[in-house]
Parts: sequence; C-alpha cells; structure tokens
Amino acid sequence: MEGILNIVSWFLLVFGGFLCISGAVGLLRFPDFFTRMHAASVTDTLATAMILIGLFIQAESWLVQVKLVMVLLFVLLTSPTAGHALVMAALHAGLEPVLPKQKQASVEAGR
Amino acid sequence: MYTAAAFAVLVAMLLALFRAFAGPTLYDRILAVNVFGTKTVLLIAVVGFMMGRPDFLDIVMVYALMNFISVIGILRFFEYTAKNVEVREE
Amino acid sequence: MELIINMGLLSMLAMTAIAIVRIKDLFAVAMLAGIYGLISASFFVMMDAVDVAFTEASVGAGISTLLMLTTLAITGRFEKADKKSRTRFALPLVLLTGALLIYGTLDMPSFGAADSPVQEHVAPRYLNDSAQEIGIPNVVTSVLASYRAFDTFGEVIVIFTAGVGVLALLMRTDLPPISSVKNTASMEEHMVLRIVAKMLIPLILLFGLYVQFHGEYGPGGGFQAGVIFASAFFLYAMLYGMNAARKVIDSSLVQVLAALGVLIYGTTGVVAMLSGKNFLDYSVFSEDPVHAQHLGILFIELGVGLTVATVMIIIFFTFSGRSQVEGERD
Repeated sequence: MEGILNIVSWFLLVFGGFLCISGAVGLLRFPDFFTRMHAASVTDTLATAMILIGLFIQAESWLVQVKLVMVLLFVLLTSPTAGHALVMAALHAGLEPVLPKQKQASVEAGR
Repeated sequence: MYTAAAFAVLVAMLLALFRAFAGPTLYDRILAVNVFGTKTVLLIAVVGFMMGRPDFLDIVMVYALMNFISVIGILRFFEYTAKNVEVREE
Repeated sequence: MELIINMGLLSMLAMTAIAIVRIKDLFAVAMLAGIYGLISASFFVMMDAVDVAFTEASVGAGISTLLMLTTLAITGRFEKADKKSRTRFALPLVLLTGALLIYGTLDMPSFGAADSPVQEHVAPRYLNDSAQEIGIPNVVTSVLASYRAFDTFGEVIVIFTAGVGVLALLMRTDLPPISSVKNTASMEEHMVLRIVAKMLIPLILLFGLYVQFHGEYGPGGGFQAGVIFASAFFLYAMLYGMNAARKVIDSSLVQVLAALGVLIYGTTGVVAMLSGKNFLDYSVFSEDPVHAQHLGILFIELGVGLTVATVMIIIFFTFSGRSQVEGERD
C-alpha cells in the first residue's frame, strides 16, 4: 500500500513539473495574448493540483494536509478567476486575437 | 523526486520571467506575473517538503493570497487610469 | 540541489533588477517589483529565514505593489527621460559606490562563520535561554516581542508616523459626502471576481487572525497579520469601490484604532514601570514568569497588528481617495 502511494505521489510530482514547464513554454512561444493565456491557465491549474496532491500523499501530519488542502482550494478558486478577469479586461481594452487569414476575413465580413 | 519537481518549477519561473520582460502588452506582463506567483507557491511548497520543514505552508498561503490581490490591483488601477492610453506600448 | 535553486533565484533577482531599470512603463515596473519581492522572499525561505520571508511576501510582493499602483493612478504611467547631463555622472558614481561596497564586504567574516560577531554577541544567549525563559517555539518572536521589545516599539512608532505623515500630506477634508459621489471604478462588470472575492474575504480575515495568534509557534506575528488583515479590506475596496469600503470602516474610526494600537503597546510597558519594574518587563503580569511572558507578548502583538493593519488601510484609502478626486476633476 505504502509503495503504491509513493509511486502515485512521485508520478503526480513529476507530471506536475512537466506540466509547469510545458505551460511556461506555451506562455513564452505562443503568438498572441489569448493563446498564451490559454496555455498558462490550463496547465497552471492542473499542475498546481497535481503537485499539491503529490505532496498531500507525502505529508506526515494531518495539520500539514489540511494546510495543503486550503492552499489547493485557494489556488483553484483564485487562479481561474484571475485569468477570467484578465481576459475580460484585455477584450474590453480592444486587444484582438491573431486569427488565421481565412477566419480574419470572415470576421471582418461579419462586421 | 522533490528535486525534479523543484527544478521543473524553477525552469517554468524563468520562462515566465522572460515573458514578463518581453511584454509586449501590459496584459502579457500581468499574466506572466500571475503565472510566476503560482509557480513560487509551488516552489516554496516543494522546497518545504524537500528540507523537511512543512511549516513553510503558512508562507505558501500568503503567497497565493498576495498573488491574487496584486493581479486584481493591477487590473483595477490599469482599467481605471489608462482608459484612453494605447494598449500596445511600443 | 539547494545551491542550484539559490543560484537560479539570485540570477533571476539580478535580471529583474536590470529589467526594472530599463523599462520605462511604470505599470510594468510596479509588476516587476512585485516579482522582485516574490523572488527575494523565496530566497529568504531558502536561507531558512521564515519570518523575514513571510514579511517580504506580504509587504514586498503584495502591499507595496498596490501602494505603487495607487501612486501611479495619481501621477502618471510613463517615466520621463533623464537629462543627458545627469546620466553622464550617474554611471561612474554607481560604479564607484558599488566598488566601495564590494571592497567593504572583503572585511566581513565569511558567510555562516562560527566566529563572526553576529554569532558571538547576544545570539547564543537568546537561542539557549529562550526555551526556558519565554517558552515559545519560535525564537524570532521571543526576540522580537520580548528581548527586543523596545526596538519593536520603535518600529511600530515608525509605522504609525508614516500613517500620520500620509494623512497630514494627502488627506482631503473637502471630500464630497459619500452618497453624492458616483461609484466610479468599482469594477461592476466583473461579476465573477466580485463573487469569488466575497467568498474569500472571510477566509482572508480568518487567516489573518491565525497568523496573529500563531506567531509564537510558527512564522508570523502582528506585522504580517496586520498586512493580511488590511489586504482583505483592500480587496473589498478595489472590487466594490471606495464608497462601499468607507461605509464598512469609517475613516475616523480607523485613525483612532491606529493610535490605539500604539497605546496598547506603550501601556503594556508603562504598567510594568508603574509596578516598579523596567519598561516592558512582562514579569508583572503573572506570578509564573513564563506565563507572564506569554501574556506580554500577546498584548504587544495585538498592538502591533492593530497599528499595522489600520495604518495600511489609512495609506491605501487616502491614496485611492485622492486619485478618485483627481480623476473626477479631469
């Protein structure tokens, strides 16, 4: 039982780390704000959850586990909310996504 | 394994930092700050376990809290003061 | 591994500092300053200075970013270019100062050396005797709130003075009454934000109380708790507008509370003096010396928390109120 839990927690930690890096690469490489936002926010939430759950399995006292759950809840609440507010603000300010040429034409025709 | 996770988070922090330097819009920077903050939360949590000091989690809470509040603050004041300013900087 | 993390953090710190100098958009600079705070707080955590990291995370990364932003709302977004004649002197001057500082570090004992003055002066006594004399696990709190309580009193007074200074310089007595002002900039369209914030604010206040009263056992204490407490009010003010926030906490009440915090701290000391002991000697509070220490620390942490929270609120509200008035005049 202990061994399985250990393997699960290692897997969660490593995969969470991988998600962190992949999200950050997306944040750095993607062409416009909205795709960057997408890359960052999707991986951010999942990676945080995975790493914190991985730590949760390793934690020795219940107090630490409660704190981890609190942090997780807090991040799960705030991170998507901040992302949402950010995209709304960007849209309001008139920031436009980069679209492929065809789509761009149809958007402009629709105006 | 803590080491691997900590290292991954550190690399992610570095990449987010480059995005924060590069911009180009202010929203990109805010996004980078937000990602950076979340990554710091993870780094401190993992390092706390690595060094056998899980009481670092109190600090982790403050980080998560301040990260959220500062993003809201930036949005609030940016929206409020810079209504007529160009979105692009350069 | 720790070495690699330290090196990574320090190089990020240097890069951020250079970027702050190079970028002219002050909003971006304020954000990078927030990142700077986060990195240096992580570095403090790596150095095992947990209480310092706690303070840096809440003040350096959180509150000071907000205060910078409120200032920018009054002043303007872009840095003016320096005059050429001034920049010519700047570089040699900075290089000279830097070289002198580095020269100064050559005399310092190497990092962590056992025979450095820091380790030999009072630190061993505090570390050895704190457990018996004060009996709390967090030595930082026992130094801050008992051995060095007089210094901390000075710090509280400094914070209080900052609040008074901001009030003296920026307070507007001609603010229009609450009901007559339009509730501008209250982020009315951000419904999701408002609801999430409503859920979070009680949790933040609760966490502030935890930090306040848990400071004797783990990282934390009055300074950090005050900042966290104040940040809940900032969140409310930012999302629901200044007027709504002013209805929650009356600004004259906040001013009274700021003074009350200092008063609680000072009274704790004076009570000891009146009973014939030294200023801030806690042994008057109880027969049992360890219990007396606990009581004394509780009192002064309360005073610290109260003053810090209210002064932060005063500064933030005064700045925001100012920018609101300026905004309407345009």
